[in-house]
Amino acid sequence: MTRLAFIGGIYSNYPALVATLADIERRGVDGSWFLGDLGAFGPHPNRVPELLIEKQIPGIQGNYEESLSSGATDCNCGYTDPRDNAYAQISYDYTAANTDDALKQWMGTLPREIRMDIGGLRILLSHGSPRRINEFLWHSTSSEPFLERLCEESRADVILCTHSGLQWHRRLERNRHVVNAGVIGRPANDGRTNVWYTLLTVERGEVSVEFVPIDYDHQTLAREMRAEHLPAEFIETIETGWWTTCLEILPAKERAHSKF
Amino acid sequence: MAGYYHRIDAIRNAANLKPVLGWRESDSVTAIPHQQPLPAPDVPLLALDTLWFQVAGTLCNIECTHCFISSSPTNRSHEMLTLADVEIRLAEARRLGVRDYYFTGGEPFMNRDMLAILETTLKQGPATVLTNGMLLRPELCRELRELFDRSEYSLDLRVSLDGFDAESHDAIRGKGVWERVMKGLRNLAGVGLNPVITVTEAAEGVGSAEGRTRFLEVIRGFGFARPRLKVLSLFRIGAEETRSHGYEEWERLSMDGLTPVDAATLQCSSSRMVTSRGVYVCPILIAEPAARMGETIADTLRPFALRYGACHTCWVDGVNCRT
Repeated sequence: MTRLAFIGGIYSNYPALVATLADIERRGVDGSWFLGDLGAFGPHPNRVPELLIEKQIPGIQGNYEESLSSGATDCNCGYTDPRDNAYAQISYDYTAANTDDALKQWMGTLPREIRMDIGGLRILLSHGSPRRINEFLWHSTSSEPFLERLCEESRADVILCTHSGLQWHRRLERNRHVVNAGVIGRPANDGRTNVWYTLLTVERGEVSVEFVPIDYDHQTLAREMRAEHLPAEFIETIETGWWTTCLEILPAKERAHSKF
Repeated sequence: MAGYYHRIDAIRNAANLKPVLGWRESDSVTAIPHQQPLPAPDVPLLALDTLWFQVAGTLCNIECTHCFISSSPTNRSHEMLTLADVEIRLAEARRLGVRDYYFTGGEPFMNRDMLAILETTLKQGPATVLTNGMLLRPELCRELRELFDRSEYSLDLRVSLDGFDAESHDAIRGKGVWERVMKGLRNLAGVGLNPVITVTEAAEGVGSAEGRTRFLEVIRGFGFARPRLKVLSLFRIGAEETRSHGYEEWERLSMDGLTPVDAATLQCSSSRMVTSRGVYVCPILIAEPAARMGETIADTLRPFALRYGACHTCWVDGVNCRT
């Protein structure tokens, strides 16, 4: 049996990362990876990459790392609504201004994807999707034929991704799987303050996926965000578990479960 | 000079609304007349993600003065699609790995098969319906809500408006239309469905940040606490050509070629349109015989040359008809 942990977008949520790594350590896994978007949303963006480097956790670039390491003026998050883009720009400007150059350079050295073979299964880690770093893969709008095509074109049996912020798993024919690992950067827009990471187990060629809820010291995070003068809307999300920003991108189905 | 100023407007709107990947202000100069014009660039089909259905053909219960395909109660250029028509296309789309489906017309809810079509489609992938909102009676809204709840994939609705009030809206869509749409929107709100309201730039000022804010308030007033809004570009073809003016000669794309990043911003690199007459390159050009790319979807998995004025609008404004 092989058990692997995947950490989706961290969005500078340092206390959530500490709690997630403690949970992973307690459970014992064969490997852990991050899936990109270390910054955004939260405060003090150096802390997350510093901890990942210290713990020697491997991972891939998200659009944030791509933009920060190349000196881009925006996050290239892929939003289409001006309201989403306005808040995304606040996050990006803050993160870009408060990330050390050495860490930005390190972000530029991260791979865009990681491939591995686990018990004969080809596993592919990507940020948005295998074909586009900022593609949003949602459960309600990713049809099975489409996901089959992504697996086929990227020559993968199991695709892991993040970026959209909500975790899900689709089991396809011929033991193929697409897993959105969710994020530990902000709650899953469900009125609860916890965040989620993903455990993937391969046993005798069978894949199982567990989404793990992580409670963390979200009040400390909220306090630090206030001290950094980050938008009140961001802090409200951390304190209530409901997305207040960057939610126009949600499909109708996911939006229907949303408070805002 | 009118064309020149329009281009400046288009650039400004593109900057305000659609800072899409790969768009650069300098790209607009590609449209300036050339001594020896370069050919219209080919757009490759990078991936067939989205399949559109002209499900109501060009038949509509109203006759908007800006309709780029001149839909009307009598326009039978494209006929309605039956459930059987759609099923054949869905089977092919499944094999090709299509991600999502869009239904437009004309007015889709004039099609008696529409609910059955949605029910069938939603077993295969997400579906979006573009409607003028006039036929959203309470019973239909209830049925749509039930379909929304029992489908694993997302069902989304887009309702078109053309102004902040009855006067401006009805000037484009016809007398009394605003009132009927308001009833339809209230019915949708009543069953808890939250549509995307689309508004074209024919609505004065909607392209600006101020205009958007004002429009969001209008939508809240209809009973939607979480207003969703998409602003659409106008295409100066069909009825709109008469309402404003057609494309100038220089409003054509001529360039050496497109990078994959540039191509990805154009919807013709990732979608096709099914009508009763075959499969077309996109939802905009179905009145152009040369935009019909084949009988089956498989026939259309090839590049398309951006030779039309409407292609210029898509490029400059960064248009994508998807939500």
